[in-house]
Parts: sequence; structure tokens; C-alpha cells
Amino acid sequence: MEQIQYAVQMRNIRKTFGKVVANNNVSLSLRKGEILALLGENGSGKTTLMNMLAGIYYPDHGEILIDGKEVIIRSPKEAFDLGIGMIHQHFKLVDVLTAAENIVLGLPGGIQLNRREAAGHIREISAKYGFQIDPDKKIYNMAVSEKQTVEIVKVLYRGADILILDEPTAVLTPQETQKLFDVLRAMKADGKSIIIITHKLHEVLDVSDRVAILRKGEYIGTVETAQATQQSLTEAMVGRSISLAIERPEVDEKEELLRVQGLTCINAEGVAAVRDVSFTAYGGEILGIAGVAGSGQKELCEAIAGLYHVKSGSIEFKTGAGFENIVGAKPDEIFKKGISLAFVPEDRLGMGLVGSLDMVDNMLIRSYKNNKGPLVDRKTAKKVCDELIESLEIVTPGTSTPVRRLSGGNVQKVLLGREIHYNPKVLMVSYPVRGLDINSSFKIYDLLNGQKKKGVAVIFVGEDLDVLMEISDRILVLCGGVLTGIVDPRNVTKEDVGLLMVHTGGEKEAGK
Amino acid sequence: MKQRAEQKDPFVRIAKRASIASGKAWGIRAVAFLGALLTGALLLLILGHNPLNIYGEMARGAFGGAMYLKETARTAVPLLISAIGIAFAFKMQFWNIGAEGQILVGGIAASAVAIYYDAQFAAWAAETGSALPKIALLVLMFLAAFVAGGLYGVIPALFKSKWGTNETLFTLMLNYIALQYVKFLTYQPAWKMAGTSFPKIRMFDPIATLPKVLGVHIGWIFALLLVVLAYFYLTRTKHGYEIAVVGESTNTARYAGINVSKVYLRTMFLSGALSGFAGYLICSGADGTLTESTAGGIGFTAITVAWLAKMNPFAMLIVAIFIAALDRGAGFQSASGVPESCAEVLVGIILFFMLGCEFFINYKLVFRGKEVAA
Repeated sequence: MEQIQYAVQMRNIRKTFGKVVANNNVSLSLRKGEILALLGENGSGKTTLMNMLAGIYYPDHGEILIDGKEVIIRSPKEAFDLGIGMIHQHFKLVDVLTAAENIVLGLPGGIQLNRREAAGHIREISAKYGFQIDPDKKIYNMAVSEKQTVEIVKVLYRGADILILDEPTAVLTPQETQKLFDVLRAMKADGKSIIIITHKLHEVLDVSDRVAILRKGEYIGTVETAQATQQSLTEAMVGRSISLAIERPEVDEKEELLRVQGLTCINAEGVAAVRDVSFTAYGGEILGIAGVAGSGQKELCEAIAGLYHVKSGSIEFKTGAGFENIVGAKPDEIFKKGISLAFVPEDRLGMGLVGSLDMVDNMLIRSYKNNKGPLVDRKTAKKVCDELIESLEIVTPGTSTPVRRLSGGNVQKVLLGREIHYNPKVLMVSYPVRGLDINSSFKIYDLLNGQKKKGVAVIFVGEDLDVLMEISDRILVLCGGVLTGIVDPRNVTKEDVGLLMVHTGGEKEAGK
Repeated sequence: MKQRAEQKDPFVRIAKRASIASGKAWGIRAVAFLGALLTGALLLLILGHNPLNIYGEMARGAFGGAMYLKETARTAVPLLISAIGIAFAFKMQFWNIGAEGQILVGGIAASAVAIYYDAQFAAWAAETGSALPKIALLVLMFLAAFVAGGLYGVIPALFKSKWGTNETLFTLMLNYIALQYVKFLTYQPAWKMAGTSFPKIRMFDPIATLPKVLGVHIGWIFALLLVVLAYFYLTRTKHGYEIAVVGESTNTARYAGINVSKVYLRTMFLSGALSGFAGYLICSGADGTLTESTAGGIGFTAITVAWLAKMNPFAMLIVAIFIAALDRGAGFQSASGVPESCAEVLVGIILFFMLGCEFFINYKLVFRGKEVAA
């Protein structure tokens, strides 16, 4: 048998940041022409390890071999010279330039840019691996998946043989993910070696040849994908066995809490972001909202929370005996009535939390107006923090640490914990498990189910259809701002929902 | 594919510090200051001066004797107050670089009160012989300066909240308008100094000048009070909290139910008003009149003060005194034979080292062969 050839070997790598040990004695090998999945919980050191390969960090200790030769990688440029290209979670593109300009940016050459030649080369690469890309399109006009394609082509253009993709599917729809995987397989067939970081186990099983697992900065081992299951991978990753089924507790008493009728919202460009949407949310249920990214989920939630301008329609909320229209009320008034929005944007921080402020000050975002007088009451907020840290097992050095320094799961717990603390009647969560590993995700699901059992109407905007199908009592599907159906996930298949997500209208609306 | 195996580890790497003891941070600053003095000494030696003499002169010019101390304090007071005003806006990430203009507008308003009414108030004081007219006039001047500076600060805030204009350009341009207006006033018959064709605004009647405490106009007491008040305002009050949230993210601010426009307007009023107050102190306390050089770059230097102090009012007090001392020291030295440009270079070297050393406080260098301790 032919001896196995390694594209990359990392031996006994160690990297620390201050007192934090991000990688300890990690060894990893990537065979030529394989797809290796790198798996681990948040904060297990996956990205750090890959950054050392890409020349962004330099290891404190250990050695790296490329094609069997020991190398020193001191900068991303040197990594490129060695044929290593990394596609980062956060794209590194210049918005106002075109795809082609971004791709050739930083390459040696004269001042004059031969656009035609560059574009030709880009088309060549695209055709070879099955990309769809317009070299002359500006980045700011692109959807997330297109930007990702540009990043990949950029790396290939520089002649990379070893590709590292850091959570490439986190921002993609299921269809786009499949397309990406096809491309990866085409590249593998061409002899490229690929490392892919992802949290989604079914993707790992789908696309990879082998799986390397990290846990808390330590290397656990590498297994053949063919011999792995979701359960076995989870156990290796978490270090103990956990159940993978998402609960859907039954709640008998369902109370009508929120009635949305004929809601239309216009965005800054004058296009309807939400068009004539009507639905009802009940206490004691989780209403899932499904849709391709940018189908109006964000605008719908923000409109209900009073953060997005409503053009027409009504949003009625149950207060006391009757219903009250809350269109036009201020965000903090709506929150006081009991409607809460925990929105987790793509960068996790953003609307709900301020990264540079500490946990106490982030609690104050919802409560600083509650006390009388001109001074802020940090004592009460501190108490809330301590309660949350204990009840939600938030890992933080202290309440005075900026929340930006916390890991993703803990940031999301801070956000959700705060919203839940004020006992909302309607809780809207948007991408609450975005970027979270399995363990943290399940804790969030438990939190939401707990709210549901308390009689809260939970509105769950999700990107992972599998999860939505399991946790929701009903799923509302949006397509281009139009409601294309409200279905019971117990009675329909994932494909049915997928069809509604790309529904183009004209037909009779499904469900109700 | 190129082979890099023959290369050694990088000679030096940069690593972010997790935290730093404050003693160590001050140690770094002290070393930086010494480094600056040494570098400056080199320059002076090349020019044929004795650096020890020059530095001695410089220190004497800033702190050597009551007169020099007073001068340093007089320079530091408006710098500090204006820096605090700027910090209010900067904390909100509203880039107010119009302090220069706000100082002038405050000065204009205070001077207008003095120019038009000092004779009446002086007559009133002569009649009654009490201190009341002087106090009344000074309070009036203060109010005029405070409100005028504040309103001048509100203009860019209003445009930003209504139409999203760029506040940096806007505040910068307003500086020139204020400056040109002062020039215009120097030609106005009502304002001009009598008996000269030279365009110059007349001196105020003594009744319109601030009293002195310990030899420096009373403004320094207000400046010290303001340091405490500003710290309290920024860290303990709801207004201060709103400023911090708006500064970090206007989206989050809306989410929290903060009226972003209102916070812009309110904070910029205070920011401008404080610079206006500084203008009043310069006119009524230090100069006794309004001139084209009333602001004299203080509004810009105050930006350096605010940044160096990381928007902390107490740190601003120290930095303002430090920069005022450098300024006075350099001025004194140039009077004693060293060319003024050379003195300014020395000040530049010191500032460069002091700003540059912040890098070593935030990062550390790891040299080849030294493993990072676990």
C-alpha cells in the first residue's frame, strides 16, 4: 500500500493568550486530498489553531510541517507562499471594490491592473470547481454566500493547495451549504487538501473524510468519518454522553397573546420588507419562524418590538382584559408591557448588548430607567447579574468584565437571561444558538422550553430548519417578506417547509 | 513552493497583555519620559547647547517660582475645561473637533456683555460701593458664554440627528466661522480700542475681570470642581450611561428606549458650553479682552489631552498640567537663546514618547528563544 502523504502536520502546538491556554500540546495532521473536519465546542481552540497555520498567530511552542518539511509561518503572506489559504468567519473584503479587485488585491504586479486578465482567470477557476461568480460585481451588492465565494476564489487565485474554512456554513441556507459542499468535493477531487470547521454534526458526517476533535484546547483524537455517528462525535467533543433529541413539551392551556394583522413595513430603499403578514402567537407555545436569510424575519420582530417603522396593519397585544394596538409605541414602553426581543445579530453583539460594557451595564440597558432620580442603580443590576451567573451557569471572570471577552455561548446567555429575567409575556429570540456548540445550544433550548411552560409566547427565528422542526409547535414561513404558510411541524416534512421558503406566490396560501 | 525551513523563529513577536499592574504601567511611562529627555538631549548636543542647562531652564519656566507656576496654571485651566467638554462628546463617539470655535463663541458672548454693559455696572458699583454689581456682571457673562458655547455645539448635533451630516467636518468648519467673526468684531466701532486705528478690541473695565485666588484667576477652582462633577456625571448618572450606550451603538440605544437625538443634543450642548466656559475664563480671567488668539489652539490641544487621559477627567487634570508645563517651559526656554522651533521639537519628542509608550502598556514584546510562561 502506498504510504500516506501529509499536506500538513502540526506537532505539540501550544498557544497562550495572557493566562488563557488556547491550545495545549495539540497535534493535527491533514492528508493530501482529504477533507478534514475540525470539531470542538466554543472556545476549544479551533480557530486559534487554524490561525497559526494561516500565519495570523505564531505558536509559543511546537512545530508545523508542510509536505513533510518543517516550516516557520510568520505572516499570512508566508502562509500563502506555502499554499495555505484561510477563509475566515468574518470576511475580509473591501466593500466598495469589485470581486475581481478584491481577489487580486495585494498581489504583486504593477500599478496598472489588468482587469480583463484577472477576470478571465477568475472565470477559469469558477468553471473548474463550479462556482457562480460575477467578477465585476461590487462586494456591497453581494449576498453573504456570494461574498464567501469571493473569499474562496481569492484563496484559490493565489494558488492555495491547502484550504481552511472557518465555520463557512454558519451564514448559509441549506441549499447554499449543499452547493458549497459540492465545490469542496470538486476541489478535493482536484487534489486540494481542506480543513473545515463547523458545529453542525450532520454536515461533518456529510462532507468530511476524517474528523479531528478538540476539547478545551486539548487534542482528543482523529476518527474516520465513516465510523462516526452524531452521538459518538458529540461524546468525544463534550466529554460525556448527552441526549441529542430536542424536547417539545406539551402545554395544554394556550392563551392568545399577540395578534398581528396585515402588517406591512417598508425598508430604507422603499421596498416592502414585510408585506401584509397576519398571525397570532399563543402563550405556552413556541412559534418558529423559518425563511431564507433576509426574508423579513428581522424586520417583523423589530416591528413588533417597536424598532422598525410600521407602514400599515396592526399589532395587538393582550393587556388585562382586552387587546391593545402597540403600533407606534416606543421600544421601552413595549418592553415594559411584556414584549421582549432578544436579537442575536451575525456578530453576536450589536443590538441587544454592548460589547465594551460590562455585564452590569448591559443589564442596565433594560432597567436603567426603572429607578427614580438622575443616578443609575448599579446595585440592583449587579444582583440580577449574580443571579443569572448562578442560575444559567454563565462562565465569566466577573460582572465587571466587558461582555465582548466572554465566549459566544455565555454572551447569548447574558442576553437571553436578561430578557427572561423581566418576565416577558412574549419573548422573541432571533438566532439564539447562532455559532453555538451543541452543549450550549441545548441549554438555550431548555431555557426557551422553560419559558414556554410558564405560559410565555415564544417566537423563535431560526436558521437551522432541523432544530425549528423539532422545537416549534407551529412554524411560520416567510418568503420575501410575505407569509407563505403556517404549518404544524408534526404533520409536514422538512422539504415541505423548504418549498414554502422559496415559494414565489400566486398559489393559494398553505395552512392557517 | 518555497521552502522556509532554514529560517529561525522571528526575532521578536508582539503579544497583547492580558492585564498590567498600574505600578508597571507608570514605570513604563517614566522610562518613556526619560527616553524622551535623552533623545532631546542628543538633539541639543548636536546644536551645541548644554542639555542639562536647557532642561533646567525648561523646568524653571514651568514650575520654578510662584510666577511661573501661576502662568502654568493659567494655561492649564482652559485646556482642562475644554478637554472635559470634548470628552463628553467623544465618549458618545461624536467627534467634536470644534472646541476651538466653541471657546471663541463663549468668549464673544462674554465679551459682548462686558463691552456693552461694563460701564453701567462700574457706575453702579461706584455708587453703592458693594461687590454685588461685579458678581452680577460676572455671572451674566458666564451665562452668556455657557449658553452661546452650548448652542454653537448644538448646531452640528441638530444636523447630525436630523440629516446624518458628518460632525467632524461640520464642527471643524464652525471653528473658522467663529474665528472670522472675532476678526469682524475687531473692526466694529463699539468694540474697538479707542485712539488707535489698529484693529483690536478694547480691554474690559476691571469690573468685568475675574477675581484672583492665590494669584491665579478664580477659574482654577471651578476647573477642579468640574473634574469631580464630570467624573460623577459620566460614571454615575443616567445621562452618563446614555452617553456610553449611544457611543457604542445607536441601535442598542434605540433598543434600550434611549432617544438618540435627544442625547446628541443634550451632550453636545454641555460639550460646547464647557468650551464656551473656557473661553469666558480666558477673556475675563487671563486676557481681560477678546482677541483673535483667544482660543489659540487650545481647542485642538484639548483633544490630545482628552485622548491621552482616555476620557477620564482625573487623568485629564494631570495631562492638562503636564502639557501646560511643557508649553510654558518651551516658551521660557526660547526666551533664553534656544530657537523657538527647537523648543517645540523638544515638546514634540516628549509627546511622541508619551503617546508611543501606551503601545508598550497594551502589548509586550516576546524575544526569540524566550517561551511564554504558562
